[in-house]
Parts: sequence; C-alpha cells; structure tokens
Amino acid sequence: MNDFIKKNKIVGRTVLVMIIFGIIFSTILEFVHNKTNPIILKSEAEAKERLLLQVISKDLYNNDLINSFIDIKPNQRLKNREMIKGYVARNNNEVTAVILETRAPDGYSGEIKILVGIDKNGNILGTRVIKHQETPGLGDYIDIAKSNWINIFTFSSLENTSQSEWAVKKDQGKFDYISGATITARAVTKAINEALNYFKENKLKMGINV
Amino acid sequence: MFKEAVIDGLWKQNPGTIQLLGLCPTLAITTSVINGLSLGLATMFVMIIANSSISPIRRFVPDEVRVPIFILVIAALVTVVDLSIHAFAEPLYKALGIFIPLIVTNCIVLARVESFASKNPTLPSFFDGLFMGLGLCFVLIILGGMREFLGQGTLFSGFDLVFGQSLSGIGINFFDQYSGFLLAILPPGAFLGLALLIALVNWIDQKD
Repeated sequence: MNDFIKKNKIVGRTVLVMIIFGIIFSTILEFVHNKTNPIILKSEAEAKERLLLQVISKDLYNNDLINSFIDIKPNQRLKNREMIKGYVARNNNEVTAVILETRAPDGYSGEIKILVGIDKNGNILGTRVIKHQETPGLGDYIDIAKSNWINIFTFSSLENTSQSEWAVKKDQGKFDYISGATITARAVTKAINEALNYFKENKLKMGINV
Repeated sequence: MFKEAVIDGLWKQNPGTIQLLGLCPTLAITTSVINGLSLGLATMFVMIIANSSISPIRRFVPDEVRVPIFILVIAALVTVVDLSIHAFAEPLYKALGIFIPLIVTNCIVLARVESFASKNPTLPSFFDGLFMGLGLCFVLIILGGMREFLGQGTLFSGFDLVFGQSLSGIGINFFDQYSGFLLAILPPGAFLGLALLIALVNWIDQKD
C-alpha cells in the first residue's frame, strides 16, 4: 500500500510540474503573440499592396485598392479551392484594371501561385509568381528575385496571341523557357492564359463593358 | 571551460561533421552560402537561448518527463523567435520562411540541451550553445559555398535579399556562360558534399 502511495506521489508531482511549465510557456507565447500580431498584420497589408503594385502601376488608379475587391468562387480557370479576392483598380470610379490570383497546379514540385494584372482591354500589365517550391537554381527563374523571365508575358493578350501560341516555344508556342525546367514554364504559361480566359468570361461582373 | 567549448563546438564535437546531428536542414537548405548562413545563425541563436534558459531550471525538471519539458521550452522559444523576426525583421522572415519553425525539430538543439545544459551550470551551457551553433553554422556555410559554386558558378549571391540592399554588390559571378552543375544543387549534391567534408575532417584528424 505504501508503495502505491509513493508511486502516485511521483506521478502527481510530475503531472503538476508539466502543468506549471505548460501554463508558464503558454502565457509567454500569448504575451508575445499579442505584442507582435498587430505589427505582423500591418506589415502583411503593406506587403500586399507592394505586391499588387508590382503588377499594375500606381497612376492607373486612385481608389483604395486593398479594399476594392470582388469575391471569386472556386472555379476551374483560376483553380482556387476557396474564395479569393480579385482586386479592381478604378480611376475616378471607372475600372481601369483588375488583379487576379491564379494557380498552376502542375508545377514541377507543387502548386505555383501567380498574380496577374490585366487592363480593361484584356492586355497583361504585369505578372508575378508569389509562391512556388520549384527547384532552387533550376525552376526558380520564374521568381522575379532570380530572373526577369516572368516579364515576358507583359502586353500579351488573347487578341494578340492565339490560343495555340499560349505555350512555351518547345510546344510551338510564343514564350521562351529555360531548358531543363520546361515543366515549370509550361505550368506558369498555362495558368496565366487561364487567368486571361477567366477575365474574358467574367469582365462584366467586374464592371467592365468594353 | 571556455577553451573546451570552443574546441568541442568548432572541431572535436562539431555537430555537422562529427556528431552528424541536425542533418535534415544541413542537407536541405545548403544550396547557397546565404541560405546556409541564415539558417546557421537562426539555429545558433535558438541553441544559445535554449541552453541558457534550460540550465537554470534544470533542478525543477523531473527526470522522467525531462524530454517533453525540454521540447516544450524549445518549441516556445522558437515560436517567440519566429514571431519576433516576422514582426521586426520582415525581409529576413521572408528569406528564411518555413526554416525557422523547423528549428524545433532539429535534433541538435535537443541533443545539446539533454546532454549538456541539463547537467551543467548556466555559463558553460551558454558557451556550449554558442560554439556548437557556430560550428554548425560554419559547416552550413562551407557546404552552401561548395554547392553554390559548383551548381551556379557564384558565391555570396542573394546577400542583399536578407541583409539589405547595401550588400547587393557582394555576389561574385565566376563564369560568364555557366549552365550550372545541377547535381550539386539537387539533394544528392548535399549528401556528396557533406561526405567529402567529413572525409576531409577525418583525414586532417588522422594526420595528427
């Protein structure tokens, strides 16, 4: 019987110590989280606007871009699995451009997220890869931090580039790629083409009737 | 005590080449000098604070559950570091991204806490964390340098992305037309590079 009590005492003490440690460190984490969260949210919003400004230029709009968006339901064109925001740039209440987020599910290693800026006539103003896991030193040339490749899409549209030309040169298309990483370029090209098609099909919803 | 920590951390017990602990990041991240250096510094920082905060509380930790408690403390500290970097050094956070939370799972951190900080006073534990971390950092830099040079023909590229625009000129491009030696960048290059490094260290040790 004495043995039993002794054992339980050890168990109780151990549990108590663990609980105390748990409480102390949760409190520390909660404190740090509360202190840093507003700063993180603010810098994320700023980063978001900086990002949007990479695909359209500042003189195209005078509205509050971050808060001017339409909700886009999951669809086959943009390949989004949940609601995403499409940003609408307006100059004196007239829509001048939209910014869509499109996904390439068929990158070499996982999904590639791309931001596409399109003017009201359906021309690409700018494109940026915002998330990818392509091989460093090989497929990562799609990232503007590594090379300017992503800019080759600027000024292309469905009008000046036929559907069969919306492919990399290896597939008889119009767009350059870096050999050894064709899959990456192919995925990005297709995703940007899908974004343009989505724009064409939905531009009325965004307030464009040209 | 100080001298011992230096020799152990940097050479005799080097985490990267002798203890072979924490190999996962060593192999995955070291595609360039800057990646190796960034993760090395972050890991070193975590090792220093983990060692020096567990050492003073070592008497309150029951032997039976010491590992869960160490993990709890390390995870909390890493989260604090992660949140702080995210809030106060956003460019650095963007560059390191997922690697910071992953430091929790780096067994070198737990290994030093378990084998050193839980048995020694605070100051030696601090030095142990510092020099073990520094030793790992050196290995990451050297391995990153080997792979970056062979794979991309550059050294120190991308420093400006982490440490600010002023360093944008530091990158060296060795060849004009270099298509890259892909094997060095891909995972096998990490294994081969580390093997060569370990062989070199053993060779030097044997000569004495």
